[in-house]
Amino acid sequence: MILTEFVDIALLALLAITGLALLKIRDLVAVVMLGGIYSLLCAGLFLVMDAPDVAITEAAVGVGIATVLLVGALTLIEREERPSQHSRALPLVVVLFTGAMLTYGILDVPPFGEADNPVQEHVTPRYLEEQEEEIGVENVVTAVLASYRGYDTLGETTVIFAAGIGVLLLLSGRKERRAGSEEDAS
Amino acid sequence: MIVLSTLAILAAMTMAIIRGLRGPTVYDRVLAVNMFGTATVLLIAVLGFLTGRPDFLDLALLYALLSFIGTVALLKYVSYGDLSSSEHPEEEEDTWTW
Repeated sequence: MILTEFVDIALLALLAITGLALLKIRDLVAVVMLGGIYSLLCAGLFLVMDAPDVAITEAAVGVGIATVLLVGALTLIEREERPSQHSRALPLVVVLFTGAMLTYGILDVPPFGEADNPVQEHVTPRYLEEQEEEIGVENVVTAVLASYRGYDTLGETTVIFAAGIGVLLLLSGRKERRAGSEEDAS
Repeated sequence: MIVLSTLAILAAMTMAIIRGLRGPTVYDRVLAVNMFGTATVLLIAVLGFLTGRPDFLDLALLYALLSFIGTVALLKYVSYGDLSSSEHPEEEEDTWTW
């Protein structure tokens, strides 16, 4: 499809423009807003590449939560970014080097979406053919996530659970301290 | 027809980004981000029909539900200077100079 390719190119061009503008703009509120646009563009690209689950996460985290968190941080700091005092040569070299290495790595990647890519030939056929007998869940993705990679998923859930408990502990401690300081003031 | 609407939505996205880049006020940018979110929802819906898989429509609905959260937070920051308060500050004129 020529048109889907055109959509890809248009989205990537808008992404590049937004990224360059993010570097230039010193008004942090504008930076937060353009960051939201950048996330939406990324989510659109993920969707075009057939990864709706990643696109949902990008939209929820990048557009929703990250904007709220960044605005929350803005209430604590100044609204204008100060010009950097350091030399820009070293960061530029690091970024160019990383970009060159990533481009070099991409040269070896098999073409997108081909049927004979390594990822399609390793364990995927077995999952597709045998999971009906071995697991017996209609949705293959669910079978892979919850059974074949069950321990992996359990570990991920444990990490998120621990992080949630940590955040709750930090927040509850802050509330008690604030209440305590108000009592001291009175 | 779908091809035309795809192109029109992409054009709308470009214009929203230009408005978001140039400002000049915060309200222009808030409006640009909000409009860009709406354009993304429409683009997802149209792309679903373009590629013959309209099951991405659920995602478009989810985006529509999500895209206003950031806008609300930003507007709250701009008009209150804080995310948790619900009282309007005394100096109301100052907030309009942003």
